[in-house]
Amino acid sequence: MKKGIEFYAVQAALMSGLLIFSLFCVLPMVLIFCVSLTSESSIIKNGYSFLPEVWSVEAYKLVFRNGLSILRSYGVSILITAAGTAAAVLVTALGAFTLSNKSVKYRNHLAFFFFFTMLFNAGIVPWYMVCRFLGLQNNILALIVPSLMFSPFNLFLVRNFMAGLPDSLAESAKLDGANEAVIAFRISFPLSMPVLAAVALFYALAYWNDWWNAIMLVDNKNFYPLQYMLFRMQSEIQMIRDLQMHSASSSSANLPAESVKMATVILTVGPIIFLYPFLQKYFVKGLVVGGVKG
Amino acid sequence: MRKILKRGFLGDIARNPLSYLLILPAMLYTFAFGYMTLPYIIIAFQRYDYRKGLFGSEFIGVKNFEFFFRSPKFLQISANTLYLNFLFIIASGIVIPLLAAIALNEVKGKLFAKAAQSAFLFPTFISWVIASYIVYALFATDLGVVNQLMKALGLNPLNFYSNAAPWPYLLVLLRIWKNTGMQTVVYLAAITGIDPELSEAAIIDGAGRLQVVRRIIMPLLFPTVSILTLLSIGKIFYGDFGMIYSIVKDNGVLLPTTDVIDTYVFRALRKTGDPSQAMAVGLYQSFMGFALVFLSNWIVRRRDPSAALF
Repeated sequence: MKKGIEFYAVQAALMSGLLIFSLFCVLPMVLIFCVSLTSESSIIKNGYSFLPEVWSVEAYKLVFRNGLSILRSYGVSILITAAGTAAAVLVTALGAFTLSNKSVKYRNHLAFFFFFTMLFNAGIVPWYMVCRFLGLQNNILALIVPSLMFSPFNLFLVRNFMAGLPDSLAESAKLDGANEAVIAFRISFPLSMPVLAAVALFYALAYWNDWWNAIMLVDNKNFYPLQYMLFRMQSEIQMIRDLQMHSASSSSANLPAESVKMATVILTVGPIIFLYPFLQKYFVKGLVVGGVKG
Repeated sequence: MRKILKRGFLGDIARNPLSYLLILPAMLYTFAFGYMTLPYIIIAFQRYDYRKGLFGSEFIGVKNFEFFFRSPKFLQISANTLYLNFLFIIASGIVIPLLAAIALNEVKGKLFAKAAQSAFLFPTFISWVIASYIVYALFATDLGVVNQLMKALGLNPLNFYSNAAPWPYLLVLLRIWKNTGMQTVVYLAAITGIDPELSEAAIIDGAGRLQVVRRIIMPLLFPTVSILTLLSIGKIFYGDFGMIYSIVKDNGVLLPTTDVIDTYVFRALRKTGDPSQAMAVGLYQSFMGFALVFLSNWIVRRRDPSAALF
């Protein structure tokens, strides 16, 4: 088939459209990166810019010099992401295994038990009361257990995958005397690795990016995860600005420098950028497995 | 009695104790954060006092609801929630991702398409808190990139953070930025699932690519698009708290166009400290949400039973 000029015109249009949208997706983060490497005086003089007048790594030095709070928040975020994801994947995989186990007669009733909570959600007030009741306030468990440690959506995702595994494997293991726990850990989980990896990624991302548990349940600075620390930083700056507008006193000494703010943002996003190729691969797999029901 | 035990639920537990033990953690979790929340709904009919608790607080009937439904806030936050979600569904649920998926499918360089898809997905991984810093870097009054550009073009800079009018559109733009990648992957998977013989046959019959897109891909994609859209209409009463609160925060000037039910309930609970008022509004949202989930699911099931949630 001969490719006319029209073909090339359409391809060029498609490519430029996709390129423009790619830039729209990526450039904002590039801007933050550039600002974090801009000298403070350039920012004050010229505003935020992709091409600063004077480059500088001063902001990163400052963050690390008085970096106790960011280091602590980093620790909190890593701890809750690691512990939370491990617990969440285990709870989800074990539940999904039983829901897909055909020798459990009431498995569909059990499934409805989980499903009902997806339909009716009483909202944040009762949720907050239950957290208080369970003592999930101002401790590290308050950042791990509520909201994030289990999602029925992920449960059904894994259940559907496990239900598609051949029965004969579990049956022959049973004949050899293996019990349910052995079958789960030795046969079902290894075979379900693709979906478990995707689900682990969903949980890990939710933990790393979470600040909801922190804003609702934690007042103690020692337990601020990175995202919540950033959230506080910005709202405090806004408050100080508002006060200054009203009182006309011009002491901005308490405000963190613009470049320092953006350096903190980059350090928070850092792990995601480093792991991005790997994250993306499993994320896409998970989305495709979850398919239309997502 | 023994027979019932043998056949019934308890009998099943006795036969598969280990299976039930394995699912126990998930059940306990769901019981605590799903079912244990239900009794607290009666807070909405009380003047709740933290010291007196659920059973000691005074019942005041439907006063909390009356207060909310009579206040102008009721219409404002309901309208904002529906309007913003409507815009989100159209822009970041249908139009842009559909265009992106078709473009990715039609473009010839597969390496290029892959790189573009990676770029589209990137914002999905960025939290709304981080996004709020980006918004600030772009729209801040003195330092923001947009106002720098306006100045360079000889236009008057705009004070975005003290003008509520443009925010619905800024939020839509952000939503497009963050959600297009995910939605595109789902649509692209649906396109890849279309039998290639169909378009090959059409091309042999003399159809151009444009006709293939319009007459084959679009119609075959329609079920996926309509089902995803219906499911998101089912969630139209739930505002995106994470997005709106991290970007707008408590900036009172912007609330008229951006305050949604979820942010309002949060403020009622945390800032004014009145859980009963917050619960009443939350219950209104839960019921409307529940009704809409049922309605949208009913419509989905009539179209395609296998795609329905239940």
